[in-house]
Formats: sequence, C-alpha cells, structure tokens
Amino acid sequence: MWFPRLASDRVLRGQALDAPFVLTLRQGNSDRLHCLNARAEAAGLHRGMSLADARAFCPNLVSRPARPEHDARFLAALRRWAMRYCPWVGLEGADGLVLDVTGAAHLWGGEGTMLADMRARAARAGLTLRLGLGGTRGAAWARAHYGEGEEPLEALPVAALRLDEAICTPLQRLGLRTIGDLSNTARAPLVRRFGPEVLLRLDQALGAVPEAVSPRSDPPHYGVRQTFPEPIGLVADVMAATARLLEALCHKLRQHEAGARRLMLTLRRVDQGSQQVELRLAAAMRDPARILPLFERGVAEVDAGFGIDQIRLEAIVVERLPARQHGFAPARHGAEQLNDLITRIGTRIGLENVLRFLPADSHIPERSFIIASAAYSAAESGWSCPRPRPLRLFPPEPVAGTGSRPPMRFRWRRMALETARATGPERIAPEWWLNDENWRVGLRDYWRVDTRQGRRLWLFHTPQNPGWFVQGEFA
Amino acid sequence: MFYASPLPFPLRVARMHEVCGPGAVTFAAIVAAKAGGTVLWVREGWLPEALHPPGLAAFLDPARVLVARTDNQTDSLAVAEEALKDGVVSLVVIEITRPLDLREGRRLQLAAKAGGAMGLCLIPEGMGSNATETRWRAAPVFDPEHGDSTLMRWEIIKNKSGTFGAWHVRWDEQAHRLHVVSPVGERPGSAGSGA
Repeated sequence: MWFPRLASDRVLRGQALDAPFVLTLRQGNSDRLHCLNARAEAAGLHRGMSLADARAFCPNLVSRPARPEHDARFLAALRRWAMRYCPWVGLEGADGLVLDVTGAAHLWGGEGTMLADMRARAARAGLTLRLGLGGTRGAAWARAHYGEGEEPLEALPVAALRLDEAICTPLQRLGLRTIGDLSNTARAPLVRRFGPEVLLRLDQALGAVPEAVSPRSDPPHYGVRQTFPEPIGLVADVMAATARLLEALCHKLRQHEAGARRLMLTLRRVDQGSQQVELRLAAAMRDPARILPLFERGVAEVDAGFGIDQIRLEAIVVERLPARQHGFAPARHGAEQLNDLITRIGTRIGLENVLRFLPADSHIPERSFIIASAAYSAAESGWSCPRPRPLRLFPPEPVAGTGSRPPMRFRWRRMALETARATGPERIAPEWWLNDENWRVGLRDYWRVDTRQGRRLWLFHTPQNPGWFVQGEFA
Repeated sequence: MFYASPLPFPLRVARMHEVCGPGAVTFAAIVAAKAGGTVLWVREGWLPEALHPPGLAAFLDPARVLVARTDNQTDSLAVAEEALKDGVVSLVVIEITRPLDLREGRRLQLAAKAGGAMGLCLIPEGMGSNATETRWRAAPVFDPEHGDSTLMRWEIIKNKSGTFGAWHVRWDEQAHRLHVVSPVGERPGSAGSGA
C-alpha cells in the first residue's frame, strides 16, 4: 500500500479545497515542496521544487507548512486500520504500508475483492492509494510504485527495485532498462561495477532472497473507560467507577511490569463538557487499593453538572516497575507509606514543592546543597563539613563595620549587638567558573561572631570591596 | 539538682508543641534529632530565611528532612494536618506567620493525636494557639567558656500537663545529646517556679 500523497491528503481531509495545494518543508534556506495534490501535479509542479518557483508557475497555489510528525502519526493510524485485512502489517518508508496477506486474502473473497475493498475505503477516506500485490515484498513495492496492476515484474523499470538514482542512471545508460534486462545479465560484472546492492534488491524482488515483513507491535495503551447508561453524580458513585477502572488499569500495568507515575481521570458530563482530575504519584505504583484513596480529593472537587456519563482513566506517564517479591521486606512498607504521603501533599501544593536536601560539591555556602523534588530523587547522606556551618542562611544583610576584624558593636535587624567573641576568618573564594551575581564582590572572609546578647551570627567581610554582611545564624 | 522540675524533654508525642524566640529553629532541630524517623518541615515559599542543611547536619542527617514549600498558611496547615494524621513522619515542623485561631490549633492537635506524630509550630512571639500542649521560648545565650557553644535558654511558658520552668541547655554534637547546664553566675533555683 503506497499513499503517494499522504501528507497533503491528510491536510485536505480536514478542509476541502479545489485548487493546487502543496505542503512545504523548510530545507536549508528555502521552502521546498514536500507533498502536492493532483491539481498541483497537473500544473507541472514536482516535489523538491522551491516554493518561490512553484508560485511563479502557478499563481493560485495554496501552500501550508508540512508537519512530518503528524504524518507519521497518521500513518501509524492507517497501520492500525490496515490490520483489518491481515494481522501482519509493517511500515514501508514514510508513506507506505506493507501487508503480509498470505492466508488472509480468502477471508475477503480473494485477492481481487480485497484490493477493491481497500481502494474503495481509501477513496472514501479521501486518500490516494496505490496498491501492489506480489509474491515478495520487493515485487509488491515495485508494482505499487511503478506498475498499474498485475503486469509482470520483468517489464517494470529498474528503479522499481528500490535502487537509488545514482545506480539507476548508469544502469539505464548501459541499456538495462527493465528488471527483465537486469535478470538476464551476467551477475558477476554487475556486482563488480555496482556493488552487491543491485543483485540483493533483484533477488529480493524475485524471491531468491527472503525479506520479512516486520510488523511493529503497538506500545501498550494504558487507558480504560466506562460509559454509563444513566449519568451519575455522587462522589461515591464516581469513586466506585474509578475503583473499577483502576482495577483494570492496574491489571494491565502488572502484565507489563509497569507502574503509573501520572494518572488522568477524565469525567465526561452529559452536556459534553469534561472535567479532568490529574494525579501525580510520588513513586511508580500499580496497587489499586493504594491509588484509589489518592483520587478522593480530586474527585470531590469535580463539578458533576447534570451528571457524568463517561469516565476514562489513563496512565499518562508510566515507568518500569518490575514485579517484587513481597513478604520478606517489611521495611519497604514505611517507604511506600511515605510516598503515599508525598503524593497526597503533592496533590495539594504540587509535587515539585515537596523537597529534600541533597549534598553538593561546593564551598560556596549557598551552593553547598541542592534542593530537589522528593518524588524524583533518592535520599542521599554524606554530609561532611570540616567547619561549623550556620543552621540558618539568608541573603547577606549589610552591617556597619570597618577594618578586617569584626566590628565590636553593630546593629543588625534593629538590634544593637556587641561582639563578645569572634572566630575566624575562613576565607572562601568565589567560583570564578560560574558567574554568580552575589559573588561579584570577590573574596569573603567568614567570621563566627558570638554576641554578648546571645545571637551567634555568621558575618563576612569582603576585603576586595570593603564591607560587612550577616549571612547566617548559628544554632 | 539545681532546678525545681526536670526538663520535660523529649516532648510528648501525639501532641502539638509550640516554640518562639530567636532560638526556635535550633529548638526544632534538636526536637527533630531526638524524634528519629522522617521529619516534614512545612514552610511558606516566600520566607527569606532558609534552613542550611550543612548546619543541620550537626543535629540530624539532612536526608531525613523533607521540606514542603507552600504558598500560604492555609496550605501549610492543610499539609501539616495531612502529615500528622498519616503518622508516617515522626515530626512535623510548621513555620507560621499569622496567629492560629482556636479551630486551626485544635485541628492540628486532633490530627497529631490521630496519627501519633508530634507537631511543632514555630511561632512569632505571642501568636500561639490555646490547643497546644506546651509552648517554649528558646533563645541563644552567650557562653564565655566554649568557643563553638550551643548554649541556649529554654523557657516553658505554657504547659498543659506540668509546670513552668527555665533551663540552660547545650547540644552535644558528638554525642547527639542535650545537656542541661547550670547558668554561669546565677544562683540555683532562680529560674524555676511553681512546684
């Protein structure tokens, strides 16, 4: 199955247009034509032409930027559709499908009727489709791209062998125009001149070398839904339905040894409005009994309106969660409970606001630790600090003082303080490889100052830019 | 024994406690060190003073501390209540910025009782709630003897099931213990009151 105009057909399915239409792709510095509709091709345009030239040829040209990722998704959808004909469907390039219909054609009443059905359905869907049927994958490709129907393979040009231009042109110069010519030629000189690819492709087309169709398996879809005959509105009912869906979803997760990290519950109301409850879990989970209570808060906030008639549960982010032996590790229970708590707190203030401290490798006090989201990091020990550090740290607050010894008396936060003992200095140099605004003043000499009033402060002096600041308070 | 009553420490679990004064954070760190298990520290995101984990390491392993950063006090209280009720964390420290009313204080107290966890409110002076079990005032004290001292004066100013009192304490970083010391130059018994 070859969809020669897959991209433009996809766009034109959304809006009917009776004019030459092209999709353009930015290549280098210019927009080039990527996919054309039949009218544009009739106007003499071709793929790879620059858009400016095409405009000159055809002033009423309608163009849109191409979106290859959407096309790929569309082709994947078509692949799923094509599984109605046979279970063995693979992708062929960016715009084709390859179906292994061996043993499946008779279900459709023979190959002819099956092809007719394909053509009819594709035409109804507004897709240009070219079909090729052959005993091998190469033969089918050749007929789809270069043939019109059931003509013998030997009559097709050599380009139908999936050879690129650089090989086809010399072959044609040698007078080997069709596949039949090629297969009648001595093989050894061909290999010597063109490399092994020509004969490999030829053999694949003629069936001498096998070529498998490799169907791509669908990634598992973690979504379940339920539609109700009568709309529901009570929280208890919604929770009961959620429990049922969760059971099914978790079963699927267990089969694939995966755990959900983010879940989305979509509640569709009878007036077609839909409400969503998002649940972000602190750890990958697949235990319905543990996940269900976490939904309570979100579900209670939903406005049911005139009732909810469909509910859909989807695991948006899934992580691997191998099956674990349980029964021997009671210590894990506490960790799981803590994760549940983090999730519950996270539903209120956001999972990124539940934090933990991780040690960092820096002498700069502000950078000697990292604050990381607790849900996405593991606890790390290994805090070592050779010198006492304050318990509290704040942005530097200037105090009056001169000289390189701490001031004997100073005012800080409207308190008159008197230095009783000063310990230091400890010199910390800025990390020159990082451009930090706060460290522009240069070196810092840190002092621990015990005041007679009791407060034990962490002061620093900046010798290169004289000034005194308070940055922390000791225990 | 210099004091009329022994220091009521460690604090009672499954209760709310409050601490004010300049040494409140140190008090909380010592309570956390003694509590064991995971500690949840709830604070509002805009507060400028931050915990400094290398300094916290003198009291407890900072890996045991989880910080919840909230937008406002309502969220702080909700998070604290949730955590207290759950009981998987041993201590919940809440930094509050406006006075707790009776209902909020009582709800925290009930949550602590339900979960069996201890709650500690760091309050600005005079913003406590009536539902709390104890209220402390902690202030650092200058120690002429030791260079890197953590000498503090802890005063209990509200106690539902005991008497008031004031003690000078010092945290021993090596032994991870709290020592009650006699204040220099003060006569024994002057700080104690009541029974």
